[in-house]
Amino acid sequence: MDDKGKQLAQHVAEMQEEEAVKLAREMLDSGYDPIKLLGHCREAMEIVGKRYEQGEYFLPELMLAGEMLKAIGEMAKPLIKQGALSEKAAGTVIIGTVQGDLHDIGKNIVTFMLEINGFRVIDLGIDVPSANFVESIREHNPQVVGLSGFLTLAFDAMKKTVEAIKTAGLRDNIKIMIGGGQVDGTVKTYTGADAFGLNAMDAVSLCKQWVPA
Amino acid sequence: MSTGSAVSAASTLYEQRYKRLIDAIELREPDRLPTIFFSHFWVAHYCGMTCRQAMYDYEALAAAVRKAVIDLEPDAFQPVHPLVALGPTMDILDYKQLEWPGHKGLAEDVGYQYLDAEYMTTQEYEDYLLDPTGFMLHQYMPRVAAALAPLSELPQYPGVLHTRIVQSMEAYARPEVRRALETLIRAGEEMQKMRAVQNRLLQELKDLGFPIAAHGTSHAPFDVAADYLRGSKGAMLDLFRNKDKLLTLMDRLATLIPRAGIATLKAAGGNMMFIPLHWGLDGFMSPKQFITFFWPQFQRVLLRLVDAGIYPHVLWEGDCTSRLDVIKDVPPGKCVYFFERTDMLKAKQALRGTVCIRGNVPASMLITGTPNEVREYCKRLFDTLGDGGGLVLDASVGVPDEAKPENVLAMFESAKDCVY
Repeated sequence: MDDKGKQLAQHVAEMQEEEAVKLAREMLDSGYDPIKLLGHCREAMEIVGKRYEQGEYFLPELMLAGEMLKAIGEMAKPLIKQGALSEKAAGTVIIGTVQGDLHDIGKNIVTFMLEINGFRVIDLGIDVPSANFVESIREHNPQVVGLSGFLTLAFDAMKKTVEAIKTAGLRDNIKIMIGGGQVDGTVKTYTGADAFGLNAMDAVSLCKQWVPA
Repeated sequence: MSTGSAVSAASTLYEQRYKRLIDAIELREPDRLPTIFFSHFWVAHYCGMTCRQAMYDYEALAAAVRKAVIDLEPDAFQPVHPLVALGPTMDILDYKQLEWPGHKGLAEDVGYQYLDAEYMTTQEYEDYLLDPTGFMLHQYMPRVAAALAPLSELPQYPGVLHTRIVQSMEAYARPEVRRALETLIRAGEEMQKMRAVQNRLLQELKDLGFPIAAHGTSHAPFDVAADYLRGSKGAMLDLFRNKDKLLTLMDRLATLIPRAGIATLKAAGGNMMFIPLHWGLDGFMSPKQFITFFWPQFQRVLLRLVDAGIYPHVLWEGDCTSRLDVIKDVPPGKCVYFFERTDMLKAKQALRGTVCIRGNVPASMLITGTPNEVREYCKRLFDTLGDGGGLVLDASVGVPDEAKPENVLAMFESAKDCVY
């Protein structure tokens, strides 16, 4: 890694937002390869993700890292020729907050952490009916489905969604993880999911375990 | 039994129950494990109503609460109307911060949900810090209640004085302002209707011997900033981008929040404050961020409430095990910490002699488990944590809306066997 690239990655990893965005701007203005620049950002995000997993960083750092990546991405992407950014995803995960529940903070953090770990994430949003999960599974053929819910009403909506996936004949080929609010091992059994997670790190390690590199 | 002796038996029961709760809070061993009944929509389901009905039918909700309290016989209960019976008033206000059953496509039998959003922009920090009341009136209220949008036209009084005060009356007769003022009166009348039903219910339950466990609700300064003003994303980014403004704002809130809370409890004639926390848990912020942005300001709120003779019941949502060593720094025998997923044994070890613990039968067990499992859980909780008092039995975040009635009954029944 060259000095500027190293410096950029460091700014991002150390939560120095102004410096990171300013340096990225300067680098692009002076003709730095935008694909290479985004590569440095990805390396920085890996550091951020590791620090989060190790309990050094928390949600605010993930949020700020996401903002930096977005800002730099918006500067760099218009400079990249279409198709030049092809990457192979580690696997595909469909995620959504189940029907009746409108909460999305937890889901968004899981999505973010999965993405920086190389997964392609299809985010169906909030209040997602079971039929939409089924439809999306048919379309995207994911290895993992993540059902999120903050409220206790989500227990039944999760159960219904797992059943709908089963009825559609799609259950055998996918793993289902649940999380959010008061979800625990009892709820996992109740809903028929394969696993539950207490936080975004759990979601990442489940996906890594289910989708070997 | 004559009416007179029935009244005196109920008043004895009331005294016994209240003493049981206060003994636990003040860290003395009561005669047996006290219980608090706290629910949102479970009472509605228990009596065959939908969430929508509970939000709109004050009398039916009162009947449901009465039945649930009489059946469960808790040592104290949290009033349900202020949490739930808000539908008609929210319709009048065209309220924007909640989505509720039967409103805009949400099903009839789903609880209401808060809509996380940026209700105060970064630029508006200055407005808030200069004049919080002016900000709330001119910017915030119009934003959270569409029917009150014309309040933004009201005079900016800190700069309107002397004969200008007289002249400023003109604003109140403008058609749109007049409509907003009429809306306020209608909303007020609706809220009085609800209050009348609730006050009658509370008196009836008092006459039957049941004390109240929450006379009002309060907040932590960071939660107000994150939930109600800046939105979750805005507040998290402010930890880096607007650190000083956020700290100044919370410094203000640490004074304003208890002031409002103490006034509410004074009006209600009570001494129990419910404080649900949303952002204090492990994982949401770092230990360093917690002791900078969350705890010192919240501790000030707690100390101020305790000074005013109030018992704060703090609901520490999620798992707060890593916070225990910090949050134990409160006056002994005054605070109740209501835990959801925090390690209860570690909580007891850290808080022994300082704070009463409340909780924590898991929602999953109450919804999907059996009465036997619930009884075993309660007994284990009492056997492990009961010694020396300082324990109140409750579900992990109150009784969940979908809990099986037999499990809830088992929870309250089992406390009666937990004798000191």
